[in-house]
Parts: sequence; structure tokens; C-alpha cells
Amino acid sequence: MKIHEYQSKRVFAEYGVPIPKGKVAVSPKEAYAIAKDLGGKTIIKSQVLVGGRGKAGGVKLANSPEEAEKHAGNILGMDIKGLTVRKVLVDEASNIKSEIYLGITNDREKRMPVMMVSAEGGVEIEEVARVTPEKIIKMHINPLLGLQGYQIRDIAASIELPRKNWKEFGVIANGLWKAYNSSDATLAEINPLIITEEESLLAVDGKMLIDDSALFRHPDLAEMRDLDTEAESETIARENDLAYIQLDGEIGCMVNGAGLAMTTMDIVTLFGGTAANFLDIGGGANAEKVSAAFRIILSDPKVKVVLINIFGGITRGDEVAKGILQAIEEVKPEVPMVVRLVGTNAEEGRALLADADMITAETLAEAAEKAVAVAKEA
Amino acid sequence: MSILVNKDTRLLVQGITGNEGLFHTQQMVSYGTNVVAGVTPGKGGEWVMDGKVPVFDSVKIAAEATGANASVIFVPARFAADAIFEAADAGLELIVCITEGVPVKDMMRVRAYIDQIETRLLGPNCPGILTPGESKVGIIPGNIAIPGNVGAVSRSGTLTYEVLYALKQKNMGASTCVGIGGDPVNGTNFIDVLSMFEEDPATDKVVMLGEIGGTDEEKAAEFIATKMTKPVAAFIAGQTAPPGKRMGHAGAIIQSGSGAAADKIKALEEAGVRVAKHPEELPDMLG
Repeated sequence: MKIHEYQSKRVFAEYGVPIPKGKVAVSPKEAYAIAKDLGGKTIIKSQVLVGGRGKAGGVKLANSPEEAEKHAGNILGMDIKGLTVRKVLVDEASNIKSEIYLGITNDREKRMPVMMVSAEGGVEIEEVARVTPEKIIKMHINPLLGLQGYQIRDIAASIELPRKNWKEFGVIANGLWKAYNSSDATLAEINPLIITEEESLLAVDGKMLIDDSALFRHPDLAEMRDLDTEAESETIARENDLAYIQLDGEIGCMVNGAGLAMTTMDIVTLFGGTAANFLDIGGGANAEKVSAAFRIILSDPKVKVVLINIFGGITRGDEVAKGILQAIEEVKPEVPMVVRLVGTNAEEGRALLADADMITAETLAEAAEKAVAVAKEA
Repeated sequence: MSILVNKDTRLLVQGITGNEGLFHTQQMVSYGTNVVAGVTPGKGGEWVMDGKVPVFDSVKIAAEATGANASVIFVPARFAADAIFEAADAGLELIVCITEGVPVKDMMRVRAYIDQIETRLLGPNCPGILTPGESKVGIIPGNIAIPGNVGAVSRSGTLTYEVLYALKQKNMGASTCVGIGGDPVNGTNFIDVLSMFEEDPATDKVVMLGEIGGTDEEKAAEFIATKMTKPVAAFIAGQTAPPGKRMGHAGAIIQSGSGAAADKIKALEEAGVRVAKHPEELPDMLG
């Protein structure tokens, strides 16, 4: 789960990372009041969960509260890569001497977190990583030990950080690690961490991703979820504990198990069709869950046929069949359905569906072929 | 012969009194798995399975009392890491964690610890392991596979069932089927299992089911090319998955430039592996 810049920076600040003074505004008037309070120059930053805000015109410097109000007026409501700006962060502007990149993420291959640092921070960091990867210093963190003091000193030395800033940097690196580790983050990033004209360090931008599986121990972070970043159907799916991702195709897919759900999308494509979604109803799904899944699939107007592929293990075929019948009753779908039930209680399931008007298939390939054929006729 | 589990496996079930734990213990017992004990803290002294399986308060007590040498874990995600540590510290040789949704931080700590000791961990977020006709540890439906000479290893649950079932339709059986799980950090990877199959006299050929995310399939390809003599056929799920989206499994996500199905298929084909376009083609490829 992504959280906003202002939220990330607040989390960092709780662990001792210095951030600019600032507040969030939802109206130009509020932005004016905050800027007036802060005094001096301010920076008005759109809070949307996509990159490239600056290039899209979503970040502006204001010399006065009036200007802050004007910029906030322009930025609020702006569309950035499909997302509407609903909040701006009004931060005290800083005098930047140089920019450092400081981030932590999980290195999947080494199965441990890695701290990444570059003396060439700022908006072009991905370009730096691509063209001159040697300018990114990587320091792996043993998950049983945590970040050690010598590692921080090694990093400070390798980016040639002025010695007078080492102590400050130690507090920030440690703070970022603690924020990362304590929040179950999968990414915590300060870009840029600036050296100001006054020669002190300040985290002017922040970004955090939180491990969805760990949100149960972070109710405060879970509340920060921004529903704008997911389709409405995806929100409903999440609330029903279904893994659903909307795609662009015509064949709605309902499958149990993530691997089999991906395989079903693949085989639909192999036979010349297009999948409308990825949907995993999960292990042990009951009739209610199946019915919810069905409604979500049918809420997509592009869907011309629904392909149901269930390999019963923990999930029982008769429960799935009951869910399908329940959903048909409620939704009265007009699109045809292709059903394949195998495994635990599949025969009972097929018997329940015998009177319903649907196309059946024995194998995965047959089910996909039939679904593609029906979609083409529709 | 087989790998990891057989008729001598003495299994202990962590979380045996929960819904899933109880249901699957029943299934494992009816399959013939030797379930010797269950563990649920606070319920020590009770019995389940009509008085046939004793419940203990801790893995250590259970292992000492029953000689259990393997554990299968059905506890909720928030308790999974603790359960794995507990089983590892009790000295069990094999731990199979079925639990889905374990936080990645917990798994990184578990893996860092497990790597220092002898215990073998399968999972989390896996269907378990099945040696047809001998022992079933986990949730793979027993009736979809028959004994045979194909070793199966997979990152996914129901996709594995699909392939075992397709093999059975062609009267082909499995030596052992191993689910390693779909999470980005797990206990055992493809190479670990492939090397066991290479050594196992009962396994003549291997089927490997991978999916998008990470680079385990690429590493497996290199291992197959340089270290394996037995033929391998594979399928990679997620060929049509869009980048950046998490496809249900926490591990199944294509991240900037790595983890795509096409790269994995290319690496495997270059290693001499026959890669199926869809899973039902696999039995013929192994024929």
C-alpha cells in the first residue's frame, strides 16, 4: 500500500528524521493561512500517489501567502496521470545546496533489506541508476541485526559526505531504518535529502510503501489508504477478501488460486481471447464470496462471457455452485457462462448447476476455447 | 523412494484445533499420513481425531513425547513466524508452512535464522508436499495424484493440482510433489528441490511450475543446464500479467525489468527445458 508524501514524512519525523515545517491544505484559503503562518517562501506540493508530480506542474514555489493561495487553487483538482489532486502540502521552502538520495527496500534475491544511497539525488535518480549504477551505494541490512553504526559511516564515506554532517546523517539513516522496520515498509525513501545552504541535512520529500500483509499490526497506517488509486471494483474485492485486478479484455475470469488464475488468463490469450480481469476467490471460498466475485466481474461492462475455472481442493465445488446460483438470482446476468469444475465435490457442484443455462467444459483448454468462441459471437 | 516425506514421516500439526487445521488433519489421516501429535498453546491434554491424536501446549513437549520429526503449520499469519521458530528450535527436520499472508519482514527474519541451522522449511503460502501412496503433508487433494516417477515442484497451489490431475488422466504418477509457495521470501527454492529430485532414484523426470516475479526460475534454468541429467518440462504462469500489479501471490509481480514470464521461458528453453504453452500439454512433453 502506498502512502502520501506528507504521511511518509510524518512517519520519518517520528523516528528523528528532520523534515520541513508544513501542513496539508484541501482548499486555497487553507493554503494561504498555512503559508502566512510559516512566513517566507513556501512550496506547494500536490499529494497524489504517482511519480512525476513536478513535471506535471503539481509542485510550485510561492513567494507570498497570496501566491501560495493561487498555486494551491491551480493544483487542487488537477489531473496527474489519471489521479485527481485533492490535497496539497504547504512546506517551508529550503535553500538547496546539494541533493542526496537515501532509500531502503527489500532485496528479494538476497532476502534482506538494502539501503541505497547516492550523492546524486533528486528527480533524475532513476536515470542515475540506469546510466551510472556505480553512483548508487548499496548496503544490505541483516534482518536479525538491523542497521549497524559502521555501515552508516561506510555509506557517509562512500558518498563523500562532509564530515561535519556525519552525525546528523547517522541520525537520519538510523531513523529511516527504524521507520522502515517498525512500519513493515517495503520501501522508505528520502529523495532528496538535501544539504541546505546553511549546511544542515533536511528530508524534503518522502515516499513509503507498506506491506499489505502486515497492515494488521499497523491500524494507524491502514487508515491512510487512498482509495483513489484503485478502481471501485478493486476496493469492493479487497473488502470481500478477493484478489481482483481489472484488465482490458472481454472474458471475465473467476478462478481459485493465484497461479491458476494467471494461467487461465494466459490460456484465454493463447486461444485468441482477452481476459477482462484477474480474480482469485482464494482457498475455501464459500457461496457468499463466490457471489460477490460474480457481481464484481459483471459490473465490468466490457465482459461478454464469464469463464469459471475451479479446481477444488480446500474450495468445494458444491459451495462454488451455490454461490453461482445465488449470484444469478441476484444479478440476473445476460452474459453467457462457461463453467469448469474439477476436484473436491465437483460432481455435486455440476449436479447443482445442471438446470442453469451454462456451457460446461472438462479441461482447461476446452473451457478457454469455448469462452473465446462465445466472446467472438457476442 | 521419494523426497522429504514418506511413510516414516512422523507429523505434528501446529494449529491443529483451528478450523483448517482440524479439517486437513482429518484429510491427512485418512490419506494414511502418520500424524502423531498436534500443538495448540493452551489446549495441551486434549485429544482430536476421535481420541487418536494428542494435543500439546508446545512443539518441544510434543516432539519429546511422540518423536515427531516434521511439522505442518496452519496457524494464522500473525503467528506464523513464531510457529516456525518454535518448530525449528524443537529440532524438527522439516517444517511445512501452509499459512498465507505472512508479512515479508517476518519471513526475512525466519529465513536468516533457518539458513543457520539444519531444518528445511517449505512455504509459507504453499499447498504442502505429497508423496502419493505414502504421505501427504498439507492440503494437496490426495486423490488427484497416483504414485509414479515424475517429480513435481511448484510455486502455486491449484496450478499444481491441475498438472497432477492432467498427469493422472494419462496414467502418469508422481514420485513426490513439492509446493514451495508463492511468497517473495520462502524457505526452499526451485534449485533445492531440483537437486533432491536429481538424487532421488524414484524420480526419472521432473515438472516445474513457475510464475512471474523474482529470478528463481532463471537460477533453476542455470542449475538444470549445468547440474541435471534428468529431463525437465516446465510451465510459467503469468505470461499475460501486466507489470507492477500484484497477482494475488505476494511474489507474483513484475518489477522494473525483472520477473517477466518471457525472460524465464527464454532462460529455461536455453537450458534445454521443454516449456508448455498451457499446463495440459505437460504430460505429453514428459511422455
